[in-house]
Amino acid sequence: MTIKDIVETLDAEVVCGEEHLEKEVHNACGSDMMSDVLAFVKDQSVLITGLCNPQVIRTAEMMDIICVCFVRGKTPDEAMIDLAKERGITLMRTKMRMFTACGTLYEKGLGRSANKCV
Amino acid sequence: MCMTIKMHFDISGDDFTRAGEASGKVKSKLKQLGISPDAVRRTAIALYEGEINLVIHAGGGEIDVTISPESVEMVLSDKGPGIADVEKAMTEGFSTASENIRSLGFGAGMGLPNMKKYSDQMKIDTKLGVGTTIFMKVNL
Repeated sequence: MTIKDIVETLDAEVVCGEEHLEKEVHNACGSDMMSDVLAFVKDQSVLITGLCNPQVIRTAEMMDIICVCFVRGKTPDEAMIDLAKERGITLMRTKMRMFTACGTLYEKGLGRSANKCV
Repeated sequence: MCMTIKMHFDISGDDFTRAGEASGKVKSKLKQLGISPDAVRRTAIALYEGEINLVIHAGGGEIDVTISPESVEMVLSDKGPGIADVEKAMTEGFSTASENIRSLGFGAGMGLPNMKKYSDQMKIDTKLGVGTTIFMKVNL
């Protein structure tokens, strides 16, 4: 699945990083607790979260997460967008709730073939 | 790389939005040095958790990083409240963080366990009312 497929599946709006839409995503992680996100390293991941502060971008940076999707229509501020742009991370927002967003992506097959938890 | 690189950071305790800046800089440096992605990521995560702890629990502190051909050594020191029960603090899910910190996405009780998990060596030196020094090492 590509980032573009995620945008379409979640009926999401791309906030920044349109130039990376063709990148492949193999795994997903849905959480509002960043320490839980930091506990599992997966390659080429998308982070789905309802948390909206700079530490979400920092967490993505440390984990090499390539794409963050904010649920429930949360909108990242300018500082977060700048941080994401500098690091080549795509940000998007969807009106879906966390449960629906994760379930919909799972149904489409995301994260079911390459479960590489460390 | 045949020499040792040292990096020092003063971490402010009152600016949560900037927490992670130091870890980000160390990560960029390691990447630039051509160190393996796995070691870069493990170092970055362990240090980031430590940096967050300095901000949310200790009111700030200092980070010293030494990069040599064999390893990355990190020393995080603070003059915070100290850790009352280290063994308990190392248990996944145990946290003394306030509701306010949880609302920021931390305080899940995974900080210290994650630091141990991602580093190859970790040592905690803490005294109540005096402060905490944590040593971590990631082998390259």
